[in-house]
Amino acid sequence: MSDTEVAARLLAEGEVEIIAEWLRLQETEGGGGSGRISSAELRVQCDRFLALLRRGLNQGAETAQDAAFAELRDMLRDLSRSRAIQGFTPTETASFIFSLKEVTFRLLQKDVGAAWALNRLLDAFGLYTFESYQRAREEVIARQQREITELSTPVVKLWDSVLALPLIGTLDSERTQVVMENLLQNIVDLNAEIAIIDITGVPTVDTLVAQHLLKTIAAARLMGADCIISGIRPQIAQTMVHLGVDLNVVTKASLADAFALALRRVGQSVTRVVPAARAGA
Amino acid sequence: MSGGDLREIRSSDDVVRVRQEVRARAQALGFSLVDQTKIVTAASELARNTLDYGGGGTVRLIELRNGARTGLRLEFEDQGPGIPDTEQALRDGFTSGRGLGLGLGGARRLSNEFELVSQLGQGTRVSITRWK
Ligand SMILES: Nc1ncnc2c1ncn2[C@@H]1O[C@H](COP(=O)(O)OP(=O)(O)OP(=O)(O)O)[C@@H](O)[C@H]1O
Ligand SMILES: [Mg+2]
Repeated sequence: MSDTEVAARLLAEGEVEIIAEWLRLQETEGGGGSGRISSAELRVQCDRFLALLRRGLNQGAETAQDAAFAELRDMLRDLSRSRAIQGFTPTETASFIFSLKEVTFRLLQKDVGAAWALNRLLDAFGLYTFESYQRAREEVIARQQREITELSTPVVKLWDSVLALPLIGTLDSERTQVVMENLLQNIVDLNAEIAIIDITGVPTVDTLVAQHLLKTIAAARLMGADCIISGIRPQIAQTMVHLGVDLNVVTKASLADAFALALRRVGQSVTRVVPAARAGA
Repeated sequence: MSGGDLREIRSSDDVVRVRQEVRARAQALGFSLVDQTKIVTAASELARNTLDYGGGGTVRLIELRNGARTGLRLEFEDQGPGIPDTEQALRDGFTSGRGLGLGLGGARRLSNEFELVSQLGQGTRVSITRWK
């Protein structure tokens, strides 16, 4: 009988004991993620892992990359991913494997060959959970970045046919693309005549930012909307002059000024209402 | 010139980081808001040229204290293809890419001192200084 087959047999024989001890260790060592998953759920995961592990061992698989462990790797990947999303630390996540290692190391002492084979496998699976965890975290971060990209460039309807686009932060090219498409879509959807682009929140206006603004202005014009740029702070205005950048559109110091101008252009005006009580007093 | 602190410029994230560090230093040196904005914008132009045309490189940030004068010097360096005609490159509106062709000339106008040395096949070095 090979080492892996012996290991499979010992795991089967001691199954009840192993699962109990494994669960206990995970709960005391924080592998349960401080109540983030139920013990019933953890129990299901343990049962399944052990069953898949035994199946692979019975097929003589000696390495974690073996095809016989494909299903087990899938399971670990899903487990790591869901734990990453649930906010488990990497250590808590990998302790799923490493606590099992502790249990089986004790139980398999009768057969050094089997213990050694299993030890090596569990180490490899432990690393695999680490890697899967990390990959899942990176995906989460990338997704959040994309969401922020879209979230931070909202187009606001100020009035019938008047839109505002408050830009905040660094205008790297990926984001600018989203901003531009978003604005153009809104111009079409709302049949806008005027789009106010407010750059109060843009820290640096260099030639790349200027070029993005110019392209947006030109595209908006093609869709039948005029742009007004607002929020050009004095230091930015000076710098743009030195750079030699000319945006070739109406600019206003503040969003309020730009809005007032936009209203006038679409034939609206804002008037002060004199309260009746005061008028009579 | 040695001394100062060297930073890599290998990605557009690095360009953002260079801008942030230049702003922080200019602030710490007590530059006015206008002077901060000028050197940050010039740094942004040169960092992006280093990345886009120089294929990446470095910038050295040097704080200058000459008696009563305080300044910030930035030395951008790359081992890229070099600029065939520097006078043409400095001219407003000239671009070999798809830019506005204003970055290099703009950086010169935004600085108190400007030095451009480029050798074909060797690389490009641009040094700018802004005094407080
Ligand atoms: N580090 C460099 N290495 C090689 N060529 C360069 C370098 N820096 C600038 N150039 C050349 O000089 C030209 C002008 O540069 P400049 O920064 O003025 O304009 P741009 O980068 O093309 O556009 P903009 O900066 O306005 O977006 C570039 O198009 C490029 O051909
Ligand atoms: Mg440039």
